Parts: sequence; C-alpha cells; structure tokens
Amino acid sequence: MSDTTDTGPVLAADGTPLKRSLNRALRRQKLRALGLIAPLLIFVLVTFIAPIADMLFRSVENQIVSNTLPGTVQQLESWDSTSGEAPGEAVYEALYYDMFLASEAKEHTRLGTRLNYEETGVSSLFRSSGRSVDDIGEDYIDALEDLNEVWEDESFWYTLMSGGEDAAKNRGLLEEERDRLASLTSDNFGGNIGFVPGQEISDLLPNTARAYTSFALFTVVADEDVVAEEEPWEAVKIALVQDLKRGVDLSGYSGFGADELRAAQDMLAEQPDIAFKEAFLEMDEDWAATDNWRTIQVYSPPFTTGYFLNAIDMQKGVDGPEARPENQQIYIMLFKRTLFMSLVITGSCILLAYPVAYLLSNLPMRTANLLMILVLLPFWTSLLVRTSAWKVMLQQQGVINDTLVWLGLVDDAGRLIMINNQFGTIVAMTHILLPFMILPMYSVMSTIPPSYVRAARSLGATNWTSFWRVYFPQSVPGIGAGSILVFILAIGYYITPEIVGGTTGTFISNRIAYHISSSLNWGLAAALGSILLAAVLILYWAYDKIVGIDNVKLG
Amino acid sequence: MKLTKTLMASTALTVAAVSAHAEDMANSMTLVSWGGAYQKSQVNAYTNPYQEMNEGLEVVWDESSAEAVAKLRAMDEAGNVTWDVVDVVAADALRLCDEGLAMEIDPDEHLAPAPDGTSAEDDFGDLLVGDCFIPQIVYSTTFGYRTDMVPEGAEAPSDICSVFDTETYPGKRSLEKRPINNMEWALLCDGVAKDEVYDVLATEEGQQQALDKLDTIKDDVIWWSAGADTPQLLADGEVFMGSTYNGRLFSVIEEQDQPVAMMWDAQVFDLDGWIIPANLPEDRLARALDFIYFATDTQRLADQAKWISYGPARASSAPLVGQHAELGIDMAPHMPTDPENAKNTFLYNYEFWADYRDDIDAKFQAWLAQ
Repeated sequence: MSDTTDTGPVLAADGTPLKRSLNRALRRQKLRALGLIAPLLIFVLVTFIAPIADMLFRSVENQIVSNTLPGTVQQLESWDSTSGEAPGEAVYEALYYDMFLASEAKEHTRLGTRLNYEETGVSSLFRSSGRSVDDIGEDYIDALEDLNEVWEDESFWYTLMSGGEDAAKNRGLLEEERDRLASLTSDNFGGNIGFVPGQEISDLLPNTARAYTSFALFTVVADEDVVAEEEPWEAVKIALVQDLKRGVDLSGYSGFGADELRAAQDMLAEQPDIAFKEAFLEMDEDWAATDNWRTIQVYSPPFTTGYFLNAIDMQKGVDGPEARPENQQIYIMLFKRTLFMSLVITGSCILLAYPVAYLLSNLPMRTANLLMILVLLPFWTSLLVRTSAWKVMLQQQGVINDTLVWLGLVDDAGRLIMINNQFGTIVAMTHILLPFMILPMYSVMSTIPPSYVRAARSLGATNWTSFWRVYFPQSVPGIGAGSILVFILAIGYYITPEIVGGTTGTFISNRIAYHISSSLNWGLAAALGSILLAAVLILYWAYDKIVGIDNVKLG
Repeated sequence: MKLTKTLMASTALTVAAVSAHAEDMANSMTLVSWGGAYQKSQVNAYTNPYQEMNEGLEVVWDESSAEAVAKLRAMDEAGNVTWDVVDVVAADALRLCDEGLAMEIDPDEHLAPAPDGTSAEDDFGDLLVGDCFIPQIVYSTTFGYRTDMVPEGAEAPSDICSVFDTETYPGKRSLEKRPINNMEWALLCDGVAKDEVYDVLATEEGQQQALDKLDTIKDDVIWWSAGADTPQLLADGEVFMGSTYNGRLFSVIEEQDQPVAMMWDAQVFDLDGWIIPANLPEDRLARALDFIYFATDTQRLADQAKWISYGPARASSAPLVGQHAELGIDMAPHMPTDPENAKNTFLYNYEFWADYRDDIDAKFQAWLAQ
C-alpha cells in the first residue's frame, strides 16, 4: 500500500492513471447496461409512471375556472366576499361575454359540474344560464337592426371588423383570442381563418373586435364555416352596443361603416344602459347568492388546495381552511379504519401463515408439495369467486349459521351476523391475502438449516427455547417480507370490502373508486390517492428505520 | 323487353344507391351495454335484425355501462373514443351531455316517426331528458318481498311505508347504498306530501329528517351496490324485502319461480337509453345514427319487451307489447307502466339530483359510516 503512494499513481498500459481508466471503463459498461434496459425503462415511464403522475397532479390542478371565465375571474378579484353583497355590474358584464363563449363551446356545464363539488346548485345554475344567455339585451340588438339592416348583414360586419384588405391588421388580438379559445376547449385553434381584425377598428371598438375575433375563430375552426358568410353572435352586437354607449369618439373615424356607426351611436345614446346584473338575476336568482360568487372567487386560481382539504374533512372557509360540518366528515375516519383493518389483516395473516409455512418447509417433499398445491389453488381462483364464496359461508342463512343452528349452538332467531361488517372484511381478506404471506415465509424458512435447532437441543434447550431463540429469529425476514406485501396490498384493496364490507367494513379505496367512476370528482379521488400513497411511503420508511429493509427476504 | 330493361336499370341504380350509402358507413360498430338479460334483450330485438339487414356488419359489445361516464371521459381525454353507441341511464346521459362528451340529438331528424306519423319528439314526449339522450325503456326501482316470510295475521305489504315498519314486518331489508330514492321514500313515510318531497329535500333540515327516518331501520338494512344483490338476498331468504330494478325481480319471480312478490307502491321511474359519443369520425357516426334510427323505432322498442319486463319509451310501442318470447306469458301486467302497477309512482328528478348529488351523498355516506 505504502509502496504505491511512494511511486505515484499506477498507470494503465496507455499511460493514463489506472483509476481514471478503470472509471471510464466502468462508466461505459454502465451506459451500455442502461442502453440495454432503456426500452423497458422508457416503456415503464411512459405507460406506468407518467399516467399515475398525471392522475395525481389532478389533485391540485384547477385551471378550468380561469380558462372558462377569464374575464369574470379578473373582474372578481376586487370583490370583497365578506361584504355580503353580490358583485357589481362590471362582473356580470364580464360574465356575460365569458358565459356566451363558453356556452357556444359547450364548456359551461363542465365548469358547473366542477364547481358543484364545492357549492350545491351551481351545476343547474350554469346549465340553465348557458341556455338563455343569448337572450340578454335582445331589445338592443333589435333596436340596432331596426335602425339599419346592415347590422344583420354578415359581409358588412366582416368588412367593418377587418377594416378592408389593405388596412393595418391587429395580429396580436387574433393570437390572444386563439390562445384563449385553445385553453377553453383544449382544441387547436391554429391556422389561417381568413380574418384578421383591423388595427384601427380594434383601437376604436376594443370589445367588439375581441368578441368578433373569437366568433370568427370559432366559426372557422369549430363549425368549419366561412366568417364572411355568417352573421355574428349576439355577444358581438352587445359588445358593439357597449362600446358605442361608452362614448367612443367616432369623429376621427372615416373608414368603412363610419356613417352607420355614428347613426347607431346617436340612437343608443337615448337608450338606458344594459342591465347585465338584472338580466342574470332574472334568469336565475341564484346569481345574487354571495356563496356562489365566493366559490367562483375562491376556486379561480389555476391551482388549489381545495381537494386536499376536502380529503382531510376540511374546506375553504371565509378565513382560510376550516373543518367541515360534522355530518359530512368521513375521510379521516376512513383512513384510520383502513390502516387499522390492514394491520389486523396483516396480523391474522402472520398467525395463520406461520404454522403453514413451517409445515411446508419441514414436511417430507411429497406431502409438502400437496400442501403447496392446497395453498396455491385458492390463489389461482378468481378473486370474485372467493369473495362470493365467503358470502355464502358467512351470511345469516349461510353455511356456518345453518350448521350452528343445526348443532343447537344458536337458536334460529339469534343467527350470527358475520358479513356486511368489519368481521366479514377481515375474514375474507385474510383468506385472500394469505398466500402472499405464506410464500415469502416459506422461501425464507426453507433456507434455515435444521442443524441449528438440533444443535440447540443437543445443548439442552427445550423445544420452546430452541424454537424461540434459534428458529424464530431466522424466520423474521420472511415475516417482514410477507407483512409488507400483505399490508400494502390490503391498504389499497377495493373489491372485497365493497362486496362483504357493508357499511362498517369499507376502506378508503371504496370512496376513491366512487369518486373516479361515479361522482367523477377525479380531483378529490387523486387527493385521496396521493394521501394513501404518502401514508404507505411513510410506513415503509418507518419500517426501514425500525426493522431495516435489508432484513426483508423474498427468498 | 323494354320493361325488363327498365326494371334492371332501376334495380342496378337502387343497388348502387344502397351500396354507395353503405360505403359511407363503418362496417363495425361497438355498442356498450349492461350485460346479462338486458343486453340479451337488445341483441334479440335490435342487433340481430339490424345485422340481417346489413350483411357483413360486425357488432362488438362492451359491458361497461356502469362505468360509462368515467370511461368515456378518460377516452375523450386520451383522444381515442372507441365506442359508437352507449347505453346509459338518463342521469348519466345528462352528465355526459353536460361534459360535452355526448352528441346532441335532434329527435325529429335522428329518430323515426311513429307509424301513424306522430313525430318522434311527441312520441317520446317528456322522456326526452336533456339534449343528448335517446330513451329506450322505462324501468323502475321498486320493492320485492318474500311471500313466505310475511308474518301470520299480517297482510302482504302493499304500502311503501311497510319498509320502515319493522314491527309489523320484522326482518332485514336491502336498500341501495346511495341516497337517491332512499331519501325520497324516507320523507314520504315521514309525512311529507309527494309533491313537496324535493322542496323538503333541498333544505338541510329536510335532509336530516330523511336520514333520521332511515336511522330508525339502519340496523335492519343490508346495503347493496349491484342490481343483482337484492334478487340474490331474496332468493337466499337473507332479507324479507328489498329494492332493485323491476326487471330483476321479474326474473326472480317468473323465471326462477321463487316465493317473491312485487310491491309496486311508490316505485321510482327511471329511464335508460342510448347516447352517441361526441366527435365521432364521419363513417362511424353515420353507422351509429343509422343504427339508432332503426333500433328506436316503434316496433323495435316493442320487441324488446318480449325479452325483459321494461316498458318501451315510445307511447306508440305500448299497444304492441305482447308475450314473453320464451315463457309465453303476457308481458303487459309486468310492466312498471301498467296502470295497475303505476297507481302511485315517482319520477326520478334529474335536475335535483344533478345539483344535490355531491352534497347529499357526502352526508349520506357519513351517516352510513357512523
């Protein structure tokens, strides 16, 4: 050792230090190995890890509100939810434009469903409002069209808004609306639509230009029509009314349609303002409810902690998170129950599996094989069949109760209730998960040399001492491996508790399944799933600290 | 000679027209349904005759209706919808429509008129719930009871409130593990008038009132989540009475000959029907629409009732309902819509439950778990 330090680093044949050249060779080897498993690794990443990550990401994702009602959300920022009053006219006007576009794209009901998870009644509020939002301000549109027929003319509108072929164009506005529609519908709104808003007209009538641009994009991309051949939406005309009523100075404008615009402005000057708030309240008085507005405001950021709060029986209150009303608290209790019952199931699996595994590893080969088949046979049988079999066994008119009554141990009226409760779940799941405990135990026990126990005996140990002091410690890694397997399987179990669990024997996974497939509240399901995953990881970590994961052997 | 020529020419033209028409349609179609006796009735009444008319058409069945909403949403997000026509209950159709996952239907354009010329819209009437739903059958959720377990001296139960009367009718009951229907029945039997049930249920106090009423029989209830549970529990004698879909009870009573009878009081009508997923490619959409037009006409809906005891959704189909195809018994008295059975009924309130489902379900589940 000291020799090498005296003579400097050892060199490889090509003169580079041996250490470096070895490292390089090692790295190359590792890369080659990685290259070999790369297809598998990519496959697992793409088809397994990525979807799970995507699903779990839904527990915080909440872009639907700001994508569907961008203007409303912006206007609502300054509203004080504690004031007890509904927001002002500006919010309702923004809501009109947002709601109009959303209902054309049929996205408003999706948002209604989303917000209904937080506030009962929003679903039908959005559904009914989407249906009648185009009636708002129809008197103004009629007045406009009575004044001059050009306001019903699609090509007049087209020329007005595009400002003619040679006019300077406002491409920025077009791109803005493209992005907005793309995020609203999650479709691609790219490509040439045969329309770009004119610069002059969009400076003069900003709201109208915006509304017409989204109309144009929608007409071309979603409906596959030609802009110049379609009459604009009511919302475009309402935007024009609003722009003109705000006192736009048209005196400097000499482009296309200047006279028509001036005449319209003169006519509208005599009319009262459009009452958006009143119109919405007329449509549905729930638009006055501050609770609904508060919900929209609270859930307007693109990310939310709402789902996680819900998953731990809390909710977003006026002053931050608060506990849910007692008659809605359920998840914490279910998490506790899931953990407790999984532990009980793991415990009963250990108790039942240990003697079986011991027999398996100590019996002569021929008998052991037979026993092994008996262990594996139920393992190969369908899960549903085994669960249903337990139903037949345990129910009140079932095999066990019938036998007990026949033996006279119970009378007919006092049949035992052994299913549709915790007991049923524990029995059925212990049976179903037993092989996962027996197999790792067996593979560990079969490597324990019988000579150790014999040696202990010959040195005077009793049967018990030789087992407890010599055999048992060597079998602990098997118990550890089996316990981890059974516990992790049990904690996420779903179908057996669903069938035999009744109301007191169901797990958190049953609620997750409910939210995935029935209530469609995927955000809440993802939050519950994330918490479950975190709990398992923490328990695994704790197990590693206490027992040491190196002590776990699968064979 | 001339006539033959003309005939041949016109035949050739017709064939050309038909084949040109058929070429625009996909020659494979994936239908989604519930499996079991119900799907069998659809195969017999709809797809078998349709396949005879369209040679070479392949029909694939997927028994996923119970998770149709979740699966369709996942397919839509993945951008690959593989289903062409999906059988769902009306509440799910409403949700799919809300989510933009189902195509909007124009009844008069997409559905056949009745033989007497009544438009499809009038023929289906109020059953056209939402904009996307094509009704097929009316089924009901109602009670069946063991005739041999009726206590001596007591009359056979004929009133919904006997569910809550454990003194006169001891024994377990099976109820569905969700608030829908149970809350309504509880309120009805707690003195709330039928037309006020949903107004009461919309309030906190009303929800608590319903749960309190259910609480009185909580220890006597086995909660089911699959439609097959109650028939099984009744056949095993595990429960005295239980709620389930009327077609399931029909098969327990008539096909399996169990000592079970129907209690039609306060049965809750619900609808089941088709939706077409939104944004199908053109050829598949043409096939789906062609199938729907055929499968929801007056005769086809009446044919389905030969195989299962659910009422056809068209008014014009009712007089055509005949006998069971295998048992040879008259089907009319087994229909939930039969006047004798429909003396006291309830129509599932879709709008109400679309709004209150999440809220009441949270309370209901918390109550269950207590």
